[in-house]
Amino acid sequence: MLRFSLVAALTLAALVLVGSSASAGSTRSTPRAFPVTIVTSAGKVTVTKRPRRIVSISPTATEDLFAVGAGRQVIAVDNQSDYPKSAPKTALSGFTPNVEAIAAYRPDLVVAEYDPKGLSEALNKLGIPVIIQGTAASFKGAYQQIRQLGLVTGHTPAAERVISRMKTRIAAIVRAARPKSTHLSVYHEITPDLYSASSKSFVGKVYAAFGLRNIADAADNAGTGYPQLSAEYVVAQSPDVIVLADSVCCGQTPTTVAARPGWDHIKAVRTGSIVRIDDSIASRWGPRLVNFFRAVASAIARLS
Amino acid sequence: MATVAPTVADVRARGLAPLWIGAALVFLAGAVLIGVLVGPVDLGLGPILSSVGARLHVPGVTSSLSPTENAILWEIRMPRVVLAALVGGMLALSGATYQGVFRNPLADPYLLGVAAGAGLGATLAIAYLPEGLRGQQALPVAAFLGGACAVVLTYSVGRSAGLGRNAATLVLAGVTVASFFTALQTFVQQENSDTLQQVYTWILGSIPNSGWSDVLLILPYVALASVVILSHRRVVDVLSLGDEEAESLGVDVRRVRLVLVVAATVGTAAAVAFCGLIGFVGIIVPHAIRMLSGVGYRALLPLALIVGGGFLVLADVIARTALAPEEIPLGIVTAFFGAPFFALVLRTTRGGAG
Repeated sequence: MLRFSLVAALTLAALVLVGSSASAGSTRSTPRAFPVTIVTSAGKVTVTKRPRRIVSISPTATEDLFAVGAGRQVIAVDNQSDYPKSAPKTALSGFTPNVEAIAAYRPDLVVAEYDPKGLSEALNKLGIPVIIQGTAASFKGAYQQIRQLGLVTGHTPAAERVISRMKTRIAAIVRAARPKSTHLSVYHEITPDLYSASSKSFVGKVYAAFGLRNIADAADNAGTGYPQLSAEYVVAQSPDVIVLADSVCCGQTPTTVAARPGWDHIKAVRTGSIVRIDDSIASRWGPRLVNFFRAVASAIARLS
Repeated sequence: MATVAPTVADVRARGLAPLWIGAALVFLAGAVLIGVLVGPVDLGLGPILSSVGARLHVPGVTSSLSPTENAILWEIRMPRVVLAALVGGMLALSGATYQGVFRNPLADPYLLGVAAGAGLGATLAIAYLPEGLRGQQALPVAAFLGGACAVVLTYSVGRSAGLGRNAATLVLAGVTVASFFTALQTFVQQENSDTLQQVYTWILGSIPNSGWSDVLLILPYVALASVVILSHRRVVDVLSLGDEEAESLGVDVRRVRLVLVVAATVGTAAAVAFCGLIGFVGIIVPHAIRMLSGVGYRALLPLALIVGGGFLVLADVIARTALAPEEIPLGIVTAFFGAPFFALVLRTTRGGAG
């Protein structure tokens, strides 16, 4: 059983998980003993004891930490971490992080999305372990980040429950929508000047799971995952479903989309299959991924 | 600097100007034609002509385009071509005007801080306006106001430092104000990193897809600025001789300069407000015309308006189609072709002098 789960974790993981000898000896029902060591893309990180003063300057990590039940161990989150509402939001920046400002919270663990200008090196010198979790490239990567945060905070069983619940729900949503969705095309809008997300992006993987044809794929010449589309092209493609990830940032609604010149000819506009998704859900890869799937499914359901 | 050259050019231009104007109009017409015919969606030459014919009520002609294709042609592509022509013409005309008024071959329409001011206005709007207001309506207004504020500030700084005596003072004031506004803009942007993408794409410059509404909004500014500048085109030739010479010829240098600068700035601010920062058009178009034709400002200014329009229409065709159906920001296209060209201008003018 133990051997099996260890092998499964190793094969599933994009980022390999290594339990120390102490943690390997523990069982599933009891919390793992510390220290634990994880391996991220940035290298090995060892957490010597169960952290009680976590600073998260990554909005996704904040959501993950609260979902696995480590919320009470979090003492400060960055200015973009707006979910859950109970997260202790501060003026800290994840984009231009200040080492001294972070250190002033006397954290025993820092989780960040970027590692600009020697952030982790400086914090390590102060004896503070730093976990860098960049944008997940796949669902597996997203689940692995939740799993790792569960491990280092002493909430492994809860993290596994979060992951399996996400997987079950997503599978059910996709299964219900799939008969219809496989013949449809989708346009995902990030900004009103028509920046979109192709199947190379994390967001694009959601549409791929539904079997939707993503109209941004043909435009992703550079393979960045985020091409800017021509208005002519979007109208000519006439996507069946439009997902607006720019409703909060830029006030876009089905009405403003319909009012754009020529867009009244697009199928999604005529059928009303336009769905707004909170920008923050569409730009993160945490537990609210399920909400994203649900929103897309609701847009598909509107098509008769 | 070159006090004799304009008069020589003037003599040459007198006979040749109509010819060059004709050539420029042909260039603009060709550019507009290409702009209408070419796009990421291939509509076909015949169907486009049939659609145009039907729209012009040519007897017996009916559009062979589907309703969607008609919408692409008339509601997306056409207004974008017209908007590019207006903005390109305005930027080139403003650039040429600044170059004459300030006797500075490197002057561009953003010289007095209008770009930095508009950038700050746009960034503030993106960062702080409530979401409902933030869209396409409020952003150009904020950018326009920011641009106007920066130029007014430049003028008052320049005036307090003795503007009347020397045009260079105003240029220095412009550099100062632009640096200050850019610093503020960068700070606000940094403080609101979640809106970085929007600010970034605005700064890179592009012709919006907002249809005829933006064309109608920008047209009065371009028309007014063009009429004012073109009606003063002979005075610009005189100004380019130097302030003292112009005064001795009976020109009220301070008043004329103010009128020209205000007109060029209002036009530029309107262009920047809708399209963001599109570099190099205001520099390379007047220089290209000067190199090719050798005309003075009297002919150069109308030529800049026409050729600038054609140039930006062609640049936007590249932006729309080079990587179709992906778009390239227009500011990148103009700078990509502008920078090597500018190097060429520098080389040839150096060669001529040495």
